[in-house]
Amino acid sequence: MIGLPLVYLLAGLMFAAFAGLSAADRDNAKRFGNAAFWGLFAVSFLFGDRLGDLGNGVLALLLAVIAGAGRLGLGAPRTTTDETREALATRHGPRLFIPALVIPVMVLAGSLVLKRLTIHGAPLADPKQATLISLAFAAIVAAILASVMFRQPPSAPIQEGRRLMDLVGWAALLPQMLAALGAVFALAGVGKSVGELAVMITPVDSRFAAVAAYCVGMAAFTAMMGNAFAAFPVMTGGIALPLVIGRFHGDPAVVCAIGMLSGFCGTLLTPLAANFNLVPAALLRLKDRYAVIRAQAPTAFVMLALNVALMNLLAFHR
Amino acid sequence: MLTLLGVAVIVLGFALRFNPLLVVIAAAMTSGLAAGLSPTEVLAAFGKAFNTNRYVSAAWLVLPAIGVLERAGLKEQARRTIQGLKGASAGRILLAYLALRQIAAALGLTQAAGQAQTVRPLLAPMAEAAAEPLADDARQRVRAMSAATDNVGLFFGEDIFLAIGSILLIVGFLDQSGITVEPLALSVWAIPTAVCAFVVHGARLLLFDRRLAKTRDAA
Repeated sequence: MIGLPLVYLLAGLMFAAFAGLSAADRDNAKRFGNAAFWGLFAVSFLFGDRLGDLGNGVLALLLAVIAGAGRLGLGAPRTTTDETREALATRHGPRLFIPALVIPVMVLAGSLVLKRLTIHGAPLADPKQATLISLAFAAIVAAILASVMFRQPPSAPIQEGRRLMDLVGWAALLPQMLAALGAVFALAGVGKSVGELAVMITPVDSRFAAVAAYCVGMAAFTAMMGNAFAAFPVMTGGIALPLVIGRFHGDPAVVCAIGMLSGFCGTLLTPLAANFNLVPAALLRLKDRYAVIRAQAPTAFVMLALNVALMNLLAFHR
Repeated sequence: MLTLLGVAVIVLGFALRFNPLLVVIAAAMTSGLAAGLSPTEVLAAFGKAFNTNRYVSAAWLVLPAIGVLERAGLKEQARRTIQGLKGASAGRILLAYLALRQIAAALGLTQAAGQAQTVRPLLAPMAEAAAEPLADDARQRVRAMSAATDNVGLFFGEDIFLAIGSILLIVGFLDQSGITVEPLALSVWAIPTAVCAFVVHGARLLLFDRRLAKTRDAA
């Protein structure tokens, strides 16, 4: 069965190649920092299951120390100049969009079809991971297709991948680190404490106040945890079930749907949702790490207020 | 309650702009120690979760394809497509993208676009091309708004899809509490917020055009 191990093998090999090429990149003054960072990332993907829990913890710590000590630089693989790219765009025209479109089309097709394919009754691919497996294959097909269609050198996919990866830098690892932090927080009972705190300060005698406390609590707690999934059970169990639904008879479907979306307002506001808010700032070379959050903030605050209003309006039928 | 110190470490660490990876480890240590775990226990718990969450980072496999396309002139081609379009403006392009992204996400196609595969090579160059000439400051804002629009479209579209993770989480959670709701009921009630998000963010995008025009006139 095709599953996560194959995807991890591919990712491990890619990061190992990034590490090797980084070490050989004399134009990057911090080349050994980059090589060590992507190399450890490769070790995690290739051998993570054999390192043991503590081994993996030490590996994560080493990655953080390399990044925190400022040992990551920008690799300088030989790429095309802006002028060449203009000329290439003239030559290739809209055909350039074809490999870019292959990715979403293959992901869509793959996630629909992979789940249903079986060999001798056994599923061909892990149905739970169909999307990620499709994405991995789509990415490889698109890279090969682009190289062939536009006659790129064979080293181009890896070298260009490394160029982009160095731009993202430590931010590439942050989403995974935050997911691990979430697990430690859960173990330490952080969510429970926040829930107790939220319940303590929620007024119990006004419907509007309870609704507002639930929505704002979802947003605030999501901002603290980095994702709404961690906040939902705590806030809903603490405020929505006993008060909004229990005492004031709110429709559970409306309350929970809008409660979750209130949490998403918090996701738009927090650097802890790294893959949405910090990674793009790195990918787009923004000077302000928090520029994307700043651009989202007005939408997030207005939407939070509207969610409170909508829940008040829609959840109570009588 | 002492375990909340970990959250304080996160907030302070990010506000003071320490390296986020170190902040995360420090926060895990703080909360873990406050909960009575030993440093090695915390590190092992962190390592275990780090290993099981590798799939989060596997999405970087898409970078080589995007890189090759950029090398062959994809960004430049994206810019040209927009320059040939009459009446295009950064705000209108982003507005059209917002609609597409919300609809696609509502149909469950959340992975059809994203920051690495869509915003960097296509959307941001298109929005920039439509807003030229741009001063450096304004260029940064156009890029940030492009990334923001992708997020808003995704977040306020995906919950309309029945089988998305958040809907399944809600159904499961309510079920444990003895309340039965249909996924369909949840996704229907995500629609009012989705419509509001389109109107609110869309209006901001059109205002964004005006602001850009003003800075252009001033320059």
